[in-house]
Amino acid sequence: MGTLTEEIFSRRLGRRVRAGDTIVAPVDYAMSHDVTTPLAIEAFRKMEMPLWDPERVVLVFDHILPANTVAAAGLHKLIREFAEEHGVVHLFQEGICHLLMVEKGFARPGGIIVGADSHSTTYGALGCFAAGMGSTDIGVVFATGRTWFRVPQTIRIELHGSLPEGVYPKDLALRVIKRLGAEGANYLAVEWGGEAVAAMTIDQRLTLANLTVDFGGKAGLCEPDEVTRDYLGEAEVSDLQPRDPEYLQRVELDAAEVEPQIACPPAIDNVKDLSAVEGLQLDEVFIGSCANGRLEDLAIVARYFEGRQVHPRTRTMVVPGSKKIYMEALKAGYIESFMRAGAIVMNAGCGPCLGRQHGVLAPGERALSTSNRNYPGRMGSPNAEIYLASPAVAAASALAGAIADPRGVS
Amino acid sequence: MGRAFKLGDGVSTDAIIPGRYNVTTDLSALGKACLIEARPDFAAAVQPGDVIVAGRNFGCGSSREHAPLAIQASGVKAVVASSFARIFYRNAVNIGLPVIQCDALFEAVEDGDTIDVDVSTGSISTAGRTFQAEPPAAVALKIMQAGTLVDLIKTGGWAAIEEV
Repeated sequence: MGTLTEEIFSRRLGRRVRAGDTIVAPVDYAMSHDVTTPLAIEAFRKMEMPLWDPERVVLVFDHILPANTVAAAGLHKLIREFAEEHGVVHLFQEGICHLLMVEKGFARPGGIIVGADSHSTTYGALGCFAAGMGSTDIGVVFATGRTWFRVPQTIRIELHGSLPEGVYPKDLALRVIKRLGAEGANYLAVEWGGEAVAAMTIDQRLTLANLTVDFGGKAGLCEPDEVTRDYLGEAEVSDLQPRDPEYLQRVELDAAEVEPQIACPPAIDNVKDLSAVEGLQLDEVFIGSCANGRLEDLAIVARYFEGRQVHPRTRTMVVPGSKKIYMEALKAGYIESFMRAGAIVMNAGCGPCLGRQHGVLAPGERALSTSNRNYPGRMGSPNAEIYLASPAVAAASALAGAIADPRGVS
Repeated sequence: MGRAFKLGDGVSTDAIIPGRYNVTTDLSALGKACLIEARPDFAAAVQPGDVIVAGRNFGCGSSREHAPLAIQASGVKAVVASSFARIFYRNAVNIGLPVIQCDALFEAVEDGDTIDVDVSTGSISTAGRTFQAEPPAAVALKIMQAGTLVDLIKTGGWAAIEEV
């Protein structure tokens, strides 16, 4: 009985769990990446216990890959030594952690996953409870296989209607963030439902679940359905669904009325209709990230770039989210389209999103990114501006050298 | 007793410790880089016992635990905010950085005011006034009393939290 979150925890613990309960629960997988793993290892070592399960710890190199400084290389070395010492099975350097957790089949309907990265909410698109935590929490999971939760109340977001041309799930998520504010779902779970979600692919739902943390959500879940079943390629989708749920709040949005949206500096909830900032010149466009670095996102961009050139004043970077996506994009001809259009294509990973490695912004520069963070200093200088939008807006803007409406590009 | 460093709303973990400064686990390096771009005078001016007073959604964004560690390493005794982002709050409690939510304090405090905070009771005194914040919830209080999450689970196991 209850919300998806209550259903998942109740099934897992074999007793009725309600929002507000404090519980200790087993987790399926604990994930951490190259920036958060070293502190998780420190917490784990202080526990003075063996590793709980070498097959359920997932370590990913993605934030700084390959290492660009001696300090980063040192952290990578420390992680590799830890993995070897404890026989960690899942050690990846082939893409963004959140994409790999889905690609590798770790995220399953009804599952419980925690990750030492805020965007661990992403896997909820497949109907599991997935939450971001800090390194100490994850280090303690490494030792015990369990963690504690206060079972959250839920906001139900109903997305009605269908997406107009040139409008994507990113626009819907930004529109919701505009309405609820950057802490609108703090401490709460979010269920994404309604006919617009039912009509979405898993790639599209992953964008919604990903952006849930950017308005404070602890987890962002979609009901598993036929689309989920087809995606997972097996009959694993159970009858998991909300049953007589009590929601804290219901939010209704008609997708048909949404225009392309853009989050303006200095925060994710400073969302405007694209038309408000159209024409602002851009120094950089970044296409990728755990929000929008999937194959369908790249397909959208390739459609706009085919036979065209990106504007010479705008350095345009495309970062496929994972090696698998990169190779599929190669086969489909997308990568060639990007390169012929004059974009820089980089290795799978987090790319310029976090300003630590490449694509760093100079003071006074302006960037448009398909990622999920536009805090000052996020991608380089604190005096640079970051705008966030969909891959279609990013593609149209790269061609124009300025913020542009994809609906105006044939 | 310390001085208040007043910050605004929506201070992200990127502002507390930018990504270019957290490729380390060295606490002293993190402390020196605390708020390095958002408030460049902070690390040199802060004294042990000082308190950060912030607005809404403090610590939003990235889950990086380097953020509360940087604040702790800078010498800050406690953070009082009108509200905290969930992951930051949990991280702070887990590493033993005292944090408490008090909505009424923000307007009453000026940068540099003297301030004293007792997180376990929720008592805050500043500039001759006293505020009573809601004390931490049971699990957070238990972790705070043990010191860190590791200290609590290592000695009491998960039963320590299941019993709450």
